[in-house]
Amino acid sequence: MNIPEVSMVLDDQSAEVPAIIKGTGHLPEMRVDPIGLFHRVREECGDVGRFRLADKQVVLVTGAEANEAFFRAPDDVLDQAAAYPFMTPIFGKGVVFDASPEERQQMLKNQALRGEMMRGHAQTIEGEIRRMVADWGDEGEVDLLDFFAELTIYTTSACLIGKPFRSQLDSSYADVYHRLEHGTDAIAYVDPYADIESFRVRDQAREELVAKVQAIVDARVARGEVPREERDLLDVLIAVGMDADYITGIFISMMFAGHHTSSGTASWAMIELLRHPDVMADVVAELDDLYADGSEVSFQALRSIPVLESALKETLRLHPPLIILMRVVQEDFELLGNTIPAGTVLAASPRVSNRIEADFPKADEFDPDRYVDPRQEDLQNRWTWIPFGAGKHRCVGNAFAMMQMKAIFSVILRDFEFEPVQPLDSYQDDFTKMVIQLAQPAKVRYRRRTR
Amino acid sequence: MSGYRVVADTGLCQGHQLCQGEAPDVFGFDRDADVVVVLVENPDESRRADVAAAVKYCPAFALSIEED
Repeated sequence: MNIPEVSMVLDDQSAEVPAIIKGTGHLPEMRVDPIGLFHRVREECGDVGRFRLADKQVVLVTGAEANEAFFRAPDDVLDQAAAYPFMTPIFGKGVVFDASPEERQQMLKNQALRGEMMRGHAQTIEGEIRRMVADWGDEGEVDLLDFFAELTIYTTSACLIGKPFRSQLDSSYADVYHRLEHGTDAIAYVDPYADIESFRVRDQAREELVAKVQAIVDARVARGEVPREERDLLDVLIAVGMDADYITGIFISMMFAGHHTSSGTASWAMIELLRHPDVMADVVAELDDLYADGSEVSFQALRSIPVLESALKETLRLHPPLIILMRVVQEDFELLGNTIPAGTVLAASPRVSNRIEADFPKADEFDPDRYVDPRQEDLQNRWTWIPFGAGKHRCVGNAFAMMQMKAIFSVILRDFEFEPVQPLDSYQDDFTKMVIQLAQPAKVRYRRRTR
Repeated sequence: MSGYRVVADTGLCQGHQLCQGEAPDVFGFDRDADVVVVLVENPDESRRADVAAAVKYCPAFALSIEED
């Protein structure tokens, strides 16, 4: 391969590198500072650069032209499934789907994410938020990660699996799910079953989750059949004879894409609004005005809320929940005059592309005005404004996600005002795992508004 | 005022059909291919706001407006 390789800033033989990943090239750096690594690839190598994860060559593309080639490539050329070895133990070793990722995406879209289902989802989400804040006093403190991770467990399970299943969950599920998400150490590129602490915790968490689902399954079986309108996806899966382990794997995979992503985006939107009180004031004024006539959140969340939407888009640009998207090259692939051999990992980075200065002037600044007509920097840069990816595989849940964010902020910003309780630059992501989560503490103070 | 042209990239369309909610007279749907069909390539200026909303809210970023 003629593609330039990025420099090494962390010696992969140094004493601080765990023995299991000594000599694995850039893998040790990706475990501590992936953003530094991905940005350096673009700085040193341009639109097409390369780094190494153990025995895998990773070609990282950025910029509109290379990104378009990446996102337009057909599935049989660039395969998603094999690129994420850290997910296999989470979904479950034995869980083999009969459907391709594309077919599953289509099923999800057809069943749970159809346009006409959105109104019901919006009502469900509004109800879940109100339930979460029901025991809030006139003022107090919450941790953003704890709060939004728990809320999005309830919303994703209620909307994607069904309300009967959701009604049997409590806050312990969010805790278990967090431990699963935390078990995504990049060491998985060497061995997804390596004997390390976070993988043991991950496997223990999955066992706990299976036990919880088993208890719900047992109760459903003991209860016997219920009328069709009271059934949810769990009843369907039990009826076709799946066991609790397999069902748990399906549920994890269905909820995974919508959980840490939505939780992180809600948290970062709150943090950015706290960092920019002028934008917060505009958003609150917009919401107060919008709901002055007593209209329903479930109605408005499906409609245009331009100031809030711009703030959410800018949050997504600066803090995309997924910082790298990967595929495994199935057959030699031509990319901007380079031949990428089969077996190579090809990757695009939302984090790097979203901050290309030529496309997004003052790229590191939070500026929601970017999305106002006629700038529309998202639509103008559809191959580099990629918090949801792009192309055929652009996140099928993005309309659902935006609706959910609009519903969440419609409820909490009208009933409460928020202030930071720690220095504004102390709110940070934890990048040490492939699934990025807010680092704790990430506390904010709420105070009930008098209206 | 100059006209405009509605362009749909069926290589990107995911078949969400939200555009039909915004401008059902401009956007149709091919059920067999599961993709959008542009019914009116050069809509009247009076349809511009709804078409622009369809472009803006397309979950697949598959639509665009080209000024003539």
